[in-house]
Amino acid sequence: MMRYKTMENRSRMKRQVIFFLFLVSLLGLVSLLAPYLITNDPYTTNALYRKGPPNLTFPFGTDKLGRCIFSRVIMGTRTSVFSALMVVAVSLTTGTAFGIISGYYGGLLDRVIMGICDIFLAFPQMVLAIGVAGLLGGNMTNAILALTLTGWTSYARLSRGLVMTMKKETYISAARLSGSGNIEIMLEHIFPGIAGELIINATLQISAVMIGFAGLSYLGIGVSVPEAEWGSMISEAIGYMQQAPWAVMAPGAALFITVFVFQLLGDSLRDYFGVGRGRYE
Amino acid sequence: MKRYVSGRLLQLIPVLFGVTFLTFALLSLAPGDPVQKKLSAQGIAVTKDVLLETRKEMGLDRPWTLRYASWLFDLLHGDLGDSYKDGTPVAGRLVKAMKYTGILAISAFLLALVISLPLGIYGGIKKAGFLDRMIQLFCLAGYAVPGFLLAVLLIYLFCIRLKVFPIIAKGTVQGLFLPTLTLALPLASRLTRQVRASVLNQMEMEYVDGAKARGVLKPYILIFHILRNAMISILTVFGLSIGTLLGGSVVIENIFMWPGMGKMVMDSITARDYPVVQGFVLVMAVIYVIINLIVDISYHLLDPRLEEI
Repeated sequence: MMRYKTMENRSRMKRQVIFFLFLVSLLGLVSLLAPYLITNDPYTTNALYRKGPPNLTFPFGTDKLGRCIFSRVIMGTRTSVFSALMVVAVSLTTGTAFGIISGYYGGLLDRVIMGICDIFLAFPQMVLAIGVAGLLGGNMTNAILALTLTGWTSYARLSRGLVMTMKKETYISAARLSGSGNIEIMLEHIFPGIAGELIINATLQISAVMIGFAGLSYLGIGVSVPEAEWGSMISEAIGYMQQAPWAVMAPGAALFITVFVFQLLGDSLRDYFGVGRGRYE
Repeated sequence: MKRYVSGRLLQLIPVLFGVTFLTFALLSLAPGDPVQKKLSAQGIAVTKDVLLETRKEMGLDRPWTLRYASWLFDLLHGDLGDSYKDGTPVAGRLVKAMKYTGILAISAFLLALVISLPLGIYGGIKKAGFLDRMIQLFCLAGYAVPGFLLAVLLIYLFCIRLKVFPIIAKGTVQGLFLPTLTLALPLASRLTRQVRASVLNQMEMEYVDGAKARGVLKPYILIFHILRNAMISILTVFGLSIGTLLGGSVVIENIFMWPGMGKMVMDSITARDYPVVQGFVLVMAVIYVIINLIVDISYHLLDPRLEEI
């Protein structure tokens, strides 16, 4: 049964979208300005104050090498936000390109591309990502590559489906009659029509990608050790959690908050525009 | 129905070819030499001669396409090869590990159901009350907590603060609790959201008013009408969650040292024990595709209105 959205409801949703956009841009700002926000150098070790509790110089305490956890968490924002946006942007563009081509031309090309999709979908995403990142060796580029390889299929399938319904529209035929070529039709008439839905789906995926990225780093196959990244910080500090719980809690809380904010932005966008994954998913 | 199932199973064959072929390609392209890993693990000094000799012994001097062909040939005879590391048959190790992952996944799912059904139903009936708000918060937070972070927090709470559970699970019943809880909580938050939404949705339906008007008892309506109709969307979430559950179990098993498939594959990747990785890939793909097929079939069993397949 359809419940009608009242005007009041709409404006509340709009306020939500704006609020979460504000929070997300705040996070973006933190990651951009990270080098100016930190209180200490995130890589300098301090032999005299190891596993130290939070104090005025070290707001979140120090880890086992005496490095400032606050500065490392702030620098980690950069790694996390940057890598997640990178993964989503690359898988969105490649996935959409394949999906549009597949849906537009159909036939053998469609079957080949969807066949490749099926191969990638024969695994849970995280399993595939762990496999690829583990085999290629742990560094940031490989982790991004692994998550992109697993992420593009959902955009390919989504855009293919959208294109298949859209290509029957009269305005596509009109464009063809007026002499537009295939590529022109795909770029100028089909792509703008499906871009909105794809972008909202991409926003919804950012948080999942962040979790995946941190998970890879936690397993030691994401960002390599000295680099400040929340997943690897947690994995490093879990060994001495008993003596210095702050070394786990600070990056953990940062990860949770960041993922949460992106998740809420995605949810509110989906509710506002009424598209994307099923309403009750 | 039979045609649909056999069709879906036939579709699996080209997928499995592709999956195993790509894995072979990836394994041969990946940095790291299994021979070197094996020799240094056994404490043998790695000289050029020894390296060449062992490589020949293991059949690794042949090009990978040829090795893929012979692997396929063995597979048709039910042989998944032997582990590079200790020479044990891969199939046996897989079966053992599958048992442990199966136990973990099933108990996590059951626990998630036990948590989410009452919470979801309560939230659906007493909409917008204080408890419902709390339940909704739990649902939202469940999305945003990465599995490994939850594991760390639970370890901190149960093993370090309360000291009631061992940190290392090692496949015992006691050790099952924490990994299960870690896997179940995020799943439960998804399911609760779904149950709540479908109960809310179904309550507005006219058949519910009709049943009430006929004097059917409320608990009866809830269980036999509302929940039955809600099952379909719950099943959808379950289907969507299988991937997350299996993927999550890889991470969780490694944290708690639970001897399942995820632990096995991580160890094998580090040790470059390729036959085990290869076998894992095959089995995982088959399991995943078949579970999805079962979910699809049960839609039709639960909702006779759907097209006959």
